[in-house]
Amino acid sequence: MISKDEILHVAELANLKFKDDEVDSFVDQLDKIVSMASNLSTVDTDGIEPTYHMGDTSTVFRADEGVHTQTREQMLENVPEVQDNLIKVPTIVDKEDDE
Amino acid sequence: MDYFNETIDSLHTKLVNKDITAEELTKDTLQKIHDKETNLNAYVTVNDDAVKDAAKVDADGIKGNLSGIPIAIKDNILTEGLLTTASSKILSNFMPVYNATVTEKLNAAGAINVGKTNLDEFAMGSSTETSYYGTSHNAWDYTKVPGGSSGGSAAAVASGDAIAALGTDTGGSIRQPASFNGIFGIKPTYGRVSRWGVIAFASSLDQVGVMSKRVEDSAEVLSTISGHDVHDSTSSEKEVPDYRANLNKDMHGVKIAVPKEFWDEGTDPKVLEQIDAALDVYKKLGATVEQVSLPTLKHAVEVYYVIASSEASSNLQRYDGVRYGFRAKDVKNIKELFVNSRSEGFGDEVKRRIMLGTFALSAGAYDAYFKKAAEVRTIFINELSDVLSKYNLIAGPVTTTTAFGINEKIDDPVAMYMNDILTIPANLAGLPAASVPAGLADGMPVGLQLMANKFDEQSIFNAAYALQEENKFYEQIPTALKGED
Repeated sequence: MISKDEILHVAELANLKFKDDEVDSFVDQLDKIVSMASNLSTVDTDGIEPTYHMGDTSTVFRADEGVHTQTREQMLENVPEVQDNLIKVPTIVDKEDDE
Repeated sequence: MDYFNETIDSLHTKLVNKDITAEELTKDTLQKIHDKETNLNAYVTVNDDAVKDAAKVDADGIKGNLSGIPIAIKDNILTEGLLTTASSKILSNFMPVYNATVTEKLNAAGAINVGKTNLDEFAMGSSTETSYYGTSHNAWDYTKVPGGSSGGSAAAVASGDAIAALGTDTGGSIRQPASFNGIFGIKPTYGRVSRWGVIAFASSLDQVGVMSKRVEDSAEVLSTISGHDVHDSTSSEKEVPDYRANLNKDMHGVKIAVPKEFWDEGTDPKVLEQIDAALDVYKKLGATVEQVSLPTLKHAVEVYYVIASSEASSNLQRYDGVRYGFRAKDVKNIKELFVNSRSEGFGDEVKRRIMLGTFALSAGAYDAYFKKAAEVRTIFINELSDVLSKYNLIAGPVTTTTAFGINEKIDDPVAMYMNDILTIPANLAGLPAASVPAGLADGMPVGLQLMANKFDEQSIFNAAYALQEENKFYEQIPTALKGED
């Protein structure tokens, strides 16, 4: 069983928040999904290597040269708030905590 | 212009003979799309500027087979200067500043992008009902889902809006909607097509593919978009065959395996009837058909949802409201900016998967869920490669039922996830797989699934072509469209 506290902890890790009524329905739905996933424990995987990726395992090298395909202006085109050609965000260090 | 009686070949001939110009063809297509959008909602963005691109193709002269051919592109594939939303609120204002490699390749071939097709948000879903832009409708019955996540692409092709469309397939997102809409759809081998510029869902599973009414048209488009790309180190350096030129419908000596579990997973007997009939066609054409077993299939959905959601939770960390996409208003600090932008920007299904993935990757759950799923994935890959060491193809149904009703399953995620059990195997193992129209059950299309060894797309195209030439399913007009026009 997944508890409400666990859901809130995972939400914190995932940078998500839910309204109170949403949390209950997420507890219920995620519990069903996690129960389904728990069936995996019945499979014997002793000595089996996990498959984490599908690509060729060989390392790909290229010359250590920068390739600039977009201009600064293009890179900033989708930024929600720009000031002085820089990305603007709210306070990073919370002043109240500092003072 | 509608495409029921056309192929890329027939359109190419008309363009070369100047029976129609690329500009006229594009204008006609756009008109058709606009006329049908009320019923279908197949597109997020219709590219009315495509007329200018077509005029340019006319000016430059019709060259290769795709020159001047209108094609639709799923809205999770980047198109420079044309809105690309992944059907999510969080990307509802996103204007790409570069093209995905597949877009670039289609442009280079002179294809005309007529619009961006609707999908489940971030390709997460099996019905297109999780789209921020509303659900698309099945071209055969507007009260039913078109499948997902490439539901818009499937509805566009099935309704004759586009000769072909690009889709993406992470757990069946091309094959299931192709099956639900009575068209052909192929997911190539993992690595066959570059994923650069394709909005990531689950990086070890995602692959771009093609949907069309006719097998030969997908063969043409897949050859065009395939190949190595310096921008995607997982893309293969293997030479790209000319699938279209190599089409061969001779089935003599072809060995087909049918996993008995595909018949046991509660699959609707009326669906199985159509699949059995398709297999009989192959036997008649000289193929051998034998039953095999994939005992781990019953765990495929569990493995898939743990791995796909874990990779998604990692890929979707980048949506934080800082550099692009939706940004929440009135926030006090940077943490609140991240949390509010994500919470207001993502829909419920995306949040569910991020939550499942974050849980599966968290310290206490990693070994029991993520690592365990990756181990069971290995067992499953071995089972599939064992079968494919003895057979050319694996065949079976694409889905356990035909298209279900809108709102029928959306509130029950587990029931919705189980819908993908027969398509997930190909993604877990990186194998090429397709859905070929087999027939109708209760008036709705049924798709035959064909899977092959890695990089053996040709065997799939050939077998699909053989069935197509026997049953000529493409001659059928979707029921909902009859009486329109």
